[in-house]
Amino acid sequence: MEPTVLKGRETQIYRKGKEPFAIECNKQSLAGAVSQRACVFCGSRVVLYPIADALHLVHGPVGCAVYTWDIRGALSSGPELHRLSFSTDLQERDVIFGGEEKLKNALLELIERYEPKAAFVYSTCIVGIIGDNLEAICNQVTEVTGIPVIPVQSEGFKGNKRAGYNAACKAMFRLVGTGNTSDISPHSINILGDFNLAGEIWIIRQYFEKMGVQVVANITGDGRVADISRSHGAALNVVQCSGATLDLAKMMQDTYGVPFERVSYFGVEDMAEALYKIARFFKDDPEILKRAQLLVREELSVLYPKLLEYRKDLEGKKAAIYVGGSFKAFSLVKAFRLLGMDVVMVGSQTGTKEDYEELQEITDEGTIIVDDSNPLELSSFLQEKDVDIFVGGVKERPIAYKLGLGFCDHNHERKEALEGFEGMLNFAREVHSTVMSPVWQFMPRRTG
Amino acid sequence: MKHTAKLKTGHPYISTTNACKLCKPLGACIAFRGIEGTMPFLHGSQGCATYMRRYIISHFREPIDIASSSLSEKHAVYGGGSNLKLGLNNSIGKYAPNAVGVATTCLTETIGDDVSMLLREWRVDADAECPNPEIPVVNVSTASYSGTHMEGFHAVVRETIAQVALTDVPIPESADEDIKIGTKPLNLMPGFVSTADLRHLRDICEDFGLEPTILPDYSDTLDAPVMAEYEKLTSGGTSLQSIRHMPQAIASIEFGRVLSACGDTGGELLQEKADVPLYAMGMPIGVRESDRFFNTLSRVSHRPIPRRHDLERGRLLDAYADGHKYLFGKRAIVYGEEDLVVGLTAFLSEIGVQPVLCASGGSSGYLKDAIAAVTDGLLREAPQVRDDVDFFDIAQDALTLKPDFLIGNSKGYSFAREQGIPLIRVGFPIHDRMGGQRILHLGYRGSQNLFDLTVNAIIAKKQRDSPVGYGYI
Repeated sequence: MEPTVLKGRETQIYRKGKEPFAIECNKQSLAGAVSQRACVFCGSRVVLYPIADALHLVHGPVGCAVYTWDIRGALSSGPELHRLSFSTDLQERDVIFGGEEKLKNALLELIERYEPKAAFVYSTCIVGIIGDNLEAICNQVTEVTGIPVIPVQSEGFKGNKRAGYNAACKAMFRLVGTGNTSDISPHSINILGDFNLAGEIWIIRQYFEKMGVQVVANITGDGRVADISRSHGAALNVVQCSGATLDLAKMMQDTYGVPFERVSYFGVEDMAEALYKIARFFKDDPEILKRAQLLVREELSVLYPKLLEYRKDLEGKKAAIYVGGSFKAFSLVKAFRLLGMDVVMVGSQTGTKEDYEELQEITDEGTIIVDDSNPLELSSFLQEKDVDIFVGGVKERPIAYKLGLGFCDHNHERKEALEGFEGMLNFAREVHSTVMSPVWQFMPRRTG
Repeated sequence: MKHTAKLKTGHPYISTTNACKLCKPLGACIAFRGIEGTMPFLHGSQGCATYMRRYIISHFREPIDIASSSLSEKHAVYGGGSNLKLGLNNSIGKYAPNAVGVATTCLTETIGDDVSMLLREWRVDADAECPNPEIPVVNVSTASYSGTHMEGFHAVVRETIAQVALTDVPIPESADEDIKIGTKPLNLMPGFVSTADLRHLRDICEDFGLEPTILPDYSDTLDAPVMAEYEKLTSGGTSLQSIRHMPQAIASIEFGRVLSACGDTGGELLQEKADVPLYAMGMPIGVRESDRFFNTLSRVSHRPIPRRHDLERGRLLDAYADGHKYLFGKRAIVYGEEDLVVGLTAFLSEIGVQPVLCASGGSSGYLKDAIAAVTDGLLREAPQVRDDVDFFDIAQDALTLKPDFLIGNSKGYSFAREQGIPLIRVGFPIHDRMGGQRILHLGYRGSQNLFDLTVNAIIAKKQRDSPVGYGYI
């Protein structure tokens, strides 16, 4: 097989066991490499998107808004304003004469029409270039309408998706600290970095509530502006995901003294550990830990026998993982292990050095670890390792299917809840249904 | 997710809610994948390429690799030339394409990168770094802040003809081997149609003894079989050789009444510069518009319409008769790309459906006239025609127009669901069903398909709404 790795990308790929661990990451994507990454705008948009009672207005040409229209499976228990796509649809004359007036009119019009609790205004590449003063316009509109109108500095070219997370957190942080916190329990948390895909946050909230822990704000899945504005009153921030909302947690720690814990809700081990971690934090009330233990015991007694059924078929099958954030990858490695499967490749778009170090520790010899990969590399790894299932997002799906192998959708567009104990069962079922399908027997990969 | 909301004041149109259009570079990328071995390359920030790949994948369910110059803040300030050149070298090295199609984005248009000049510089300096410095590069200007994806699509057709077919580069002799003996080369520029449409068009032309150069032809590249080995650039597409032969064709056929009204098309270029006769017509949907196409083929090839197509036409009319009562007077909203809307409206008007709103996000200014032309003599009442609309506008109008069904892409789904009326999925994008890329819209056979879809949607709704249901219709 010819080498598929581009010059300038060799240092972003590591094969465990060959040489001492070393990997480069957090680099600008190489030009012409067909990176699977998106941009700063995308990072901000995906994080803020599930705040359901806010208006999300994309200031720019139509494309950026239309490609993110109702793109996530983020559900809301109430308003669904987040599922609409608003754009100032900048035209040539706006580019020449500036789009500020158009932005202001659009905001006034849309706020009057939909009565949102707040508005986020995303700046796109072109707005960064023509230099519209978002801050000034947003302030003017706040004065007129009385709702927070917040600029999100998310020009696409200003870095990668990770920089977009930071822009989103800065925007949200403007809401924090503005609401009333008087009725918040000392045993209270905010859930950060869950996007309520397929209703996942409802599963997680229920666990915390059963433990006797109050959830103040969902940030950002099924999010509400009013909850976020009083979220500084919570005793603890519980942060999921590879850092989409980590910056917000840090800002809240620095300014309001709210500590944070990082967790993952994927897989049995990480889910249980997430609950125990929170319980241990509230050690002044030992009942919380007891309730957590009982909850985990009950859930597992139902879950394990079912998982074992799937495991019988899946034992020894090989999996490859390529996801946006590497934090999810840790849990996936463990989840596959629980199903008796071997992870032979794992990578992410935006992992940090520490993330990859940890991946290196928890994976087996020979595993390929890759940062900011592309279709040619991914397809060559899949073929080299002869995998049975590839886990990724929409852009990875056709690569797997084209090569005639199974696929599990594990990005923000999925429609199956994969978090929590119940989610682990859904995950096992989905993995089983793709790996065990008879269709692969007919594929050229198998039949030659 | 309510698409409709109260309008308190009569503001002028100042923002877009749920756009009924896509941006220019997306159309360009799809068209470039219809040219054999061509790598689409977006000159802009990384996100554009990734978003468009994702969007195209959701419809075609195929890998589509689009390279990007992945510009950063530094390039936005000092110009993107260095990354454009590096990106070209990298993608040419890795993908070994036959050609590269470079499209700009709003970012690079606004910072003022002169792509033609940068490409000339790159050619001069490329020898050392680029594995194939002679490779053809077609470049199009596709600022996302003007026009829609259709302008991007057509720009690629026009520029490919201008930059590949109408250059002074002599055609290699071996190229003649591509032309089958006894067949006549014909240029066919069908616009943005489905992969099934493209395959069907090729068959039709061949049945007339014509060898069509269909530009672009993504029927194989964006609807490919499974593979044992990953193909870097899926095979298929219009070959560069046949594009170079386009000036020698006996005629050009170009679909799109709006397109031809706009002018400055690939077909016009070939007519002006190489005297290739141009037949411009609407998309062949419905009997009348398909007749124009078949009659033109007959005229160009000097052959009668082959019996199999005559039979298809007859079967279509037979179906029209069988199903007409279910359709008469039914009210439809048609939306999507301007030329597709024109074709669909032509078809609906023939079968007795009243198009109450013909809507497009495009804004050529020619939609109304084109609709009037294709509905002439068929409708008792002229449909409302609106261009430059979004789905908010469509929903607002629909509340008073009370349509029985919608016909257009998947983007009308949430509104159709809200109103409890059928959505007949056609065009692009269809990302909530399988097989959207394989829907046949064109010719007698495509019209037959649309007819069956339409009448069955009406019958299914009738059955659903019936208190008892029924097994015979």
